[in-house]
Amino acid sequence: MLADILQLLVAGLATGAIYALVAIGFTLLWQTSQTINFAQGEFVMLPAFFVLIGMSYFGLSFWPAVALGTVVSIITLGFLFKRLMVDPMIRHGVLPLVIATIGLAILMKEAVREFYGADAQPFPPLAAVTNVSVFGAAIDVQSLVVIAISIAAVVALQLFLNGTRTGRCMQATAQNPTVARLLGIPVERMILYTFLINAALVTLASILITPIYLAKFTNGEWLGLYAFIAAIVGGFNQIRGAIVGGLLLGVIDNFAAAYLSSQYRMALPLLILIVVILFRPQGLLGRVEERTI
Amino acid sequence: MRGLGFVLALSVPMLLSGAAGAADVKIAYVGEISGSGAVSGGNFRDGAILAVEEINAKGGILKDKIALTNYDTQTNPGVARSQMQKAIDGDPYVLLGPIFSGNVKVTNQLVKDAEIPQFIGGEAAELITMGNPYMFRTSFGQQIGMPKIANYIRDEIKAKTIALIWVNNDFGKGGRDRLMKEMAARNIKIVADVSTESGQADFAADVVKLKSANADAIFVYSNEEECARIMREARKQGLKGPFVGDTTLLSQKTIELAGDAANGVIGHVGLTADAPIPEVADFTAKFQKRFNYKPDHNGIKGYTAVYAVKYVTEKKVGKFDRKAFAKAMHGLTITPKDEPGILIETGWDDVGEIDRISFLAEVVNGQQKIAKTLPKLGK
Repeated sequence: MLADILQLLVAGLATGAIYALVAIGFTLLWQTSQTINFAQGEFVMLPAFFVLIGMSYFGLSFWPAVALGTVVSIITLGFLFKRLMVDPMIRHGVLPLVIATIGLAILMKEAVREFYGADAQPFPPLAAVTNVSVFGAAIDVQSLVVIAISIAAVVALQLFLNGTRTGRCMQATAQNPTVARLLGIPVERMILYTFLINAALVTLASILITPIYLAKFTNGEWLGLYAFIAAIVGGFNQIRGAIVGGLLLGVIDNFAAAYLSSQYRMALPLLILIVVILFRPQGLLGRVEERTI
Repeated sequence: MRGLGFVLALSVPMLLSGAAGAADVKIAYVGEISGSGAVSGGNFRDGAILAVEEINAKGGILKDKIALTNYDTQTNPGVARSQMQKAIDGDPYVLLGPIFSGNVKVTNQLVKDAEIPQFIGGEAAELITMGNPYMFRTSFGQQIGMPKIANYIRDEIKAKTIALIWVNNDFGKGGRDRLMKEMAARNIKIVADVSTESGQADFAADVVKLKSANADAIFVYSNEEECARIMREARKQGLKGPFVGDTTLLSQKTIELAGDAANGVIGHVGLTADAPIPEVADFTAKFQKRFNYKPDHNGIKGYTAVYAVKYVTEKKVGKFDRKAFAKAMHGLTITPKDEPGILIETGWDDVGEIDRISFLAEVVNGQQKIAKTLPKLGK
């Protein structure tokens, strides 16, 4: 029994860590530019295909293909997304941009299906498929690697935001862009940085999750939804909220599937969302009307 | 006005030349080209395309070229129904598909009313009992496959307990119910009954449930992608098996997606591209050359279905007559000697159920190895 709980916990934390990375992206974009990106799930789906293209079309080995995929993702999902979609749309308000990102999600999904086919594709794992025994539980190394890399990414992000001048400028931009501009902070550039960071986070999430779930054009559908719920549950205006929301969702989902019902596991996150919105609309760690990153 | 007459005069031959296409024999494929069933539906479609290309290159059926039209159900029963209606409106001679049992069920009445011969890919046991005299299987129904697997579990694995993981759709539910019955008849206890969803990606919790059941064998009954994800998760969690299943668990696509995790899987396969039969090996090589991937059993199903259409039309009916076609199919056996495209001797009974040899196989070093060939039921 203890072994089962431990295994479920680790698997839940690994999945939750990936939700958290994607949810942080939601939070970052919202905080700095009031962008809600409903294509965020497809942003996680796409980098894995960039890597596969690098491997199959350019004959690269895995790690060079990952490097190529990361660069292409940061350019397309960070720079081009901001310049071609967000900048022209955001001046018309949040809602048109939200609708535009929904359209973008459909476009990305269908484009991948057309180009790469509807079948799932295998994706190389980051770590050997083996496990270690902890209190009688066979904990798989892949999950531990996912958790470790996710923690490292979040710590690095926090160090960057709190320990560097650029990071503090980004925080100032998030808190009050007008005052930040008066203080001489290049607000536009700071906003661009958050889009680039978001692109890097979704690329990382993509490389971590695809070996487990396989590369498929539909992967973004539930990933985007879960991460969005995680961000709201944790608190849409706090990075730590996104982390807690992601981990909580991953763990609850796994325990619910094991001990309640596999059939209703998809409904549980939505149920949690409803409860949080009813009783703590700012999220578990969010603050009312506050915007910091 | 004279100008208009001139245009009309010019149009008539053009329309007639367009109508030359209408003399082609139309075959409609209504299958799972996208969505969670894309692996199965795509394979079936490509098998059918290959057969059509070959037959057309040799002059077609009764000297008419085959015009194959594809309709995508998107693995969605609602879409399947509308696509089937669209296909029927096109007045096809024969229908191929759907591949997913649920989609066969929801479109059954439409096909039955239209009285069009249909070669389905679905394997759920009840499909052939729905009273459609125009429906013919391209692979075994579960009522035929499951007893063979049950015997294997009892006699070869000597399991007393089984942990079962299955996909909660018509295919999975039908297989699960049938397996339960067969296990009960052999005094083999089901110690875990784990239902999963079609398209599910995360199987960590489900595999924990299988592990804690501590069964003598684990029976995996799902579609190819999900089978691969289950096997990957099982290996990650150190679940030893033995893993037993039917055709989908040992299919080429499952092996490709699962990688090393598929090694050691054993089970019954109704059709396989690795069958030790020269005609099947030739087909596999042609398919791989044409589509750049190795076919699975669905590719063979699509291919042989089109050749069955050719054989029955030319040799048994002699004209394009749907009613006569369906009548000729019942009780028919086609051998590779009669029609090389049929690959393996295949028979259909009076309700459209199929009979042919099948195989016991194991995945070894990423390859499906045939351990034993099982005879036709009718022999």
